[in-house]
Amino acid sequence: MEAIKQFGQYSLLLFQALRSITEFSTYRKNLFSEFIKIGYESIPIMLLTGFFTGAVLTLQTAYQLDTDLFPKTIVGSIVAQSIVIELAAVIGALVLAGKVGARISTELGTMRVSEQIDALESMGFNSVTFLVIPRVLSGIFMFPVLYVFAAVTGVLGGVIIGAVDGILPSAEFMIGARSFFNPEAAVFGILKSLVFGFVITSISCFKGYFAFGGAEGVGNATTQATVLSCMYVILADFVLAAILL
Amino acid sequence: MIEIKNLTKSFGDHLIWKDVTFNIEDGETLAVIGKSGCGKSVLLKHITALLYPTSGKVYIDDHDLFTLSYSELRKIRKRFGTLFQGAALFDSINTFENVAFPLRYFTDQSEEEIRRNVQEALELVNLGGAGERQTSELSGGMRKRVGLARAIILKPQYLLYDEPTSGLDPQTSDEINELILNMADTMDITSIVITHDMHSVLSIAEKVAFLDDQRLSWFGTVDEMKESDYPPLVDFITASEYKIKAI
Repeated sequence: MEAIKQFGQYSLLLFQALRSITEFSTYRKNLFSEFIKIGYESIPIMLLTGFFTGAVLTLQTAYQLDTDLFPKTIVGSIVAQSIVIELAAVIGALVLAGKVGARISTELGTMRVSEQIDALESMGFNSVTFLVIPRVLSGIFMFPVLYVFAAVTGVLGGVIIGAVDGILPSAEFMIGARSFFNPEAAVFGILKSLVFGFVITSISCFKGYFAFGGAEGVGNATTQATVLSCMYVILADFVLAAILL
Repeated sequence: MIEIKNLTKSFGDHLIWKDVTFNIEDGETLAVIGKSGCGKSVLLKHITALLYPTSGKVYIDDHDLFTLSYSELRKIRKRFGTLFQGAALFDSINTFENVAFPLRYFTDQSEEEIRRNVQEALELVNLGGAGERQTSELSGGMRKRVGLARAIILKPQYLLYDEPTSGLDPQTSDEINELILNMADTMDITSIVITHDMHSVLSIAEKVAFLDDQRLSWFGTVDEMKESDYPPLVDFITASEYKIKAI
């Protein structure tokens, strides 16, 4: 029953946001500030995440295919394809659920319990337009950009660790990566990251916006936002794979 | 004019108060008093429809508040300024920007006009030099004064104060009371002050609403309150007098 109530509240919040999306002047300033916070400030962590995901995947693929049955270039094919179609988007999203989602829910939750959201409403502001729309739009626009960073550095991580560890030379890795590369995989990765951006930011906004009960309430809201974001990212990943692949 | 008619509020099975009815005429200052937890702040939040009642009506200048569309409600809310209990300042921006906030979004004023108006409002609350300070650097009294400056910046018709002197030392409380009186006199504002501080009530209010026993238990002028022999009200005032004397 509580889950149905929460879903109803979440849907109403999104409906209210969608209805006032044309009030651009209200959220323009916040939108650019969120582009910076969600996008620009997440680039380093996405570069690191991408690089080490590619590096680990290269080591493990090489370890499991340590046989003369396959050419070494197959390592490049598997790593590049896995990074582009799945890992850059999903692992990146799980990392961003912790970084971006937790920040959003804590920020809005604190605003709620310290009556800042009430203050906005009492002045005549639409607090949903002002607070929720810029965060969700930034998620939708910036997650695909961050995905590209993670995917490129993921492949780069594979190339570098492959060469440094003596698994295969960079040129061979790239031959393998190119030979099986399907551009549709990149489109699929971008689409997935766009959906993940929406899932994480909207759930985090919802949990923060309706937080209650002081510091403990904000803590609970943040925990729920992060856990739910991760769960729904994985669920959305499965649904998208089932529909689109 | 604000009319409150048969307002009843429950949270689940927990009744806060029932059948609260009273009017506030234009230009009046009303103090809503009562013990902690009796629902004073809840009542205040109904006047700007931040909370909706279980039953009953609130009319603002003949507009039935709870039947308005959201866009109509936002227009009505712009007639109000609210000083929240903890001031509710936006902690991501500095003092100046907090006060300038409504001007930037609701007016077409130039940067120079905004600067002048914000400075005037800050000077009115004796914080002329605090514009560049972060809100986290301000004391409780200063935060409330900044909240007041923000509440009056659009020259509202109604001002709502939620515990304006709670947690403040007597001297700062007196300063806040002075400011509230000053606002009412100079700007001809209708004010509702939520408080359990009888010293404030006697300093600033013309009328008093006493919430007790889950209802509006007494309503009248300050002079009538002084003469009243209604036991719960007398007990409340007496307890406050002891506190004032003890201080």
